[in-house]
Amino acid sequence: MAWQRKILRVNLTEGSCTSEPVNMAWAADYLGGRGLGSKYLVSEVDPGVDPFSPDNKLIMATGPLTGTPASTGSRYVVITKSPLTGTIACSNSGGFFGAELKFSGWDMIIFEGRAKSPVYLHIENDQATLESADDIWGKSTWETEGWIKKRHQDPQLRIASIGPAGENRVLFACVVNDLHRAAGRSGVGAVMGSKNLKAVAVRGTLGLDTIKDMPRFMDVVGQGKVALAENAVTGKGLPTYGTQVLMNVINEVGALPTRNHRQVQFEHADQVSGEAMHEPRKRDGKPNLIANAACFGCTIACGRISKVDKDHFSVKTKPEFWGASGGLEYESAWALLPNTGVSDLEAGTYVNSLCNYYGMDPISFGVTVSAAMELFEVGAISEANTGGIKLGFGSAEALVAMAELTGKGEGFGRELGMGSKRLCARYGRPELSMSVKGQEFPAYDGRSLQGIGLNYATSNRGACHVRGYTVASEVLGIPVKTDPNATEGKAGLVKAFQDITATWDSTGLCLFTSFAWGMPEVSMQLDAALEGQWPVERLMEIGERIYNMERDFNLRAGLTGKDDTLPDRILHEPATSGPAKGMVNRLGEMLPEYYRLRGWSEDGVPTGETRQRLGL
Amino acid sequence: MHRSLSIESGKCTGCLQCEMACSLRFEHKINPSRSRIRVFAFHDTGRFVPYTCTQCAGAWCQAACPVEAIGADDATAARIVNDKLCVGCKICTIACPFGTINYNVDTGKVMKCDLCSGSPACVDACPTQAITFIDAETTGLSRMRSWAGKSQPDVNTPSS
Repeated sequence: MAWQRKILRVNLTEGSCTSEPVNMAWAADYLGGRGLGSKYLVSEVDPGVDPFSPDNKLIMATGPLTGTPASTGSRYVVITKSPLTGTIACSNSGGFFGAELKFSGWDMIIFEGRAKSPVYLHIENDQATLESADDIWGKSTWETEGWIKKRHQDPQLRIASIGPAGENRVLFACVVNDLHRAAGRSGVGAVMGSKNLKAVAVRGTLGLDTIKDMPRFMDVVGQGKVALAENAVTGKGLPTYGTQVLMNVINEVGALPTRNHRQVQFEHADQVSGEAMHEPRKRDGKPNLIANAACFGCTIACGRISKVDKDHFSVKTKPEFWGASGGLEYESAWALLPNTGVSDLEAGTYVNSLCNYYGMDPISFGVTVSAAMELFEVGAISEANTGGIKLGFGSAEALVAMAELTGKGEGFGRELGMGSKRLCARYGRPELSMSVKGQEFPAYDGRSLQGIGLNYATSNRGACHVRGYTVASEVLGIPVKTDPNATEGKAGLVKAFQDITATWDSTGLCLFTSFAWGMPEVSMQLDAALEGQWPVERLMEIGERIYNMERDFNLRAGLTGKDDTLPDRILHEPATSGPAKGMVNRLGEMLPEYYRLRGWSEDGVPTGETRQRLGL
Repeated sequence: MHRSLSIESGKCTGCLQCEMACSLRFEHKINPSRSRIRVFAFHDTGRFVPYTCTQCAGAWCQAACPVEAIGADDATAARIVNDKLCVGCKICTIACPFGTINYNVDTGKVMKCDLCSGSPACVDACPTQAITFIDAETTGLSRMRSWAGKSQPDVNTPSS
């Protein structure tokens, strides 16, 4: 158990909300969250569908451990066909929305069709209704949350919404919940906008009482919490510095992409690091960091709450950004700062808030601005394109201006909203887009860490670190240290990380627990909570099944093995400094072995034997 | 020794493990909306504050109850609602200045913290020790200690 066994199906075209039982045979093979939600998507949506067509669907799914005392049991995912990549998209978020959905009695919501005019979904336990969103269309995610809570006179509602970026179909628009958590990547917010769906507001007071063996569950959950507290990463590094603990570490190993991946080390990394967030600012003597914040049920609390210096040029005249809000985590800090060459922590914090406010992915936004800065520096675009703004690397003013324009959908911001691949192609320099399958890179350079490069090339949603985080092994030595410069053994490493992650994303747990836990710890918790037996072998097979199911959707959507590649810069322009100086990513040495290990043909297609083995 | 819940909000990360533990203890299900302790998030200031009944010695809820359904637990000094007597009139929810006694629509009774008969579930569940259960007569001890540490060692030493 631990599922509520109920799906809410919302047909936006007809304006109907209906209840249906979860297909428990599928839950046995795909668990929940990413696996089960994706199974529904691939079963109901033609892979060739235009992502913005009413025939595309958007699924919000919790995992079986979402809304339980298992540490980090907060996660929900948003699944759809991505407008950014044309692949299956599954974006994962924490906060409190997922658990609240579970407590309202639903495991999952499937949105289909398109509303005639803007609506939001209001859920109070088994009552689900579509309400007019005419008054909030065009408003930020923050204003939307406030308006809905006020309208229903219910401050305890948990809300996931899109901002103007999702409405304007910015291809990297996200879904923001609880003000500053986000299902961030692959443009899931743009699909929500295309459906005229502004928000989902949930209040759940039914609770969850379907844990199979509560005493055993609480016992293993308690052991899991102790393991997290005693681990150096989850017990010390993440609580102290958040994910920003990585900024100096990744810079040291020469894997910190800088200025659109021209370099792999940033000379001002220390000024934009987790450590710097603790330091008193010169101007007002106060640190950027205010507090640590946990998602629902999380005993790590890597979340940062920050305040921008209110005399900083970016917010001086904007009191709505003077309060505390979600602070920089490593990925957004990197994309907005080192990758644009900007060393202004306050500007990065403000732009990160703008991304939450307008509802867009700070990774793809930052990398797209970085690409635009390079286009500007090489003369492919000029001030005539940017509306008079000088877009050189290192300009905090330009970064701030571009975020405001992209969020509002004005001027050159409309072009940035297409993402780096389309932007660079438009100006005749497609090689300057640092992306795979149209999705922008995260914060680790594929030249310096061979495994992460292979993971980017083969990730089912385009470039992504949380599809197979080999950084854990190649840099941090978790679970074992591997040589970042070696290609040998990386095919197997990437496959293992990718499969394990697919399972993890289907439990309702946060991937960050995997710094301290292995599959056995996940297995113990699932086994106590769910009907049936959930040994490690079964979970590994589920992960591999999910990965192949996603791959199959992408192939049927028209992608091929040729899309499993990296930008020329990563394959041919050597890293300029640090331990990886002179290195490029040697994808060709790893990819054929990766296909073999996966049981795919030389063209990257799962063989009949593989499909049969996994029951696809 | 009588013990009190002591809450240091500066240590709270807002994870709601206390709310889950409380609802499990009372409702035998995971249901934060039925928790007797609630964590409030103050977004603008970045603060998370757990809040629950302080077990007043002269309890407003007890004084207001027309059917004498609220009494004291001799062992813990907690104010306890007797569900057999409570008629769900909600007068106590109006009388309590702190809002920590509330109506439960499912049972038709009011609900409040009862200190779990001396072993509060929220304390065990808190991962950051923001909630502790300490000697009721010295709940200020850690704050006293921190101020004591700031005092000048030589303040009473006559200067020569």
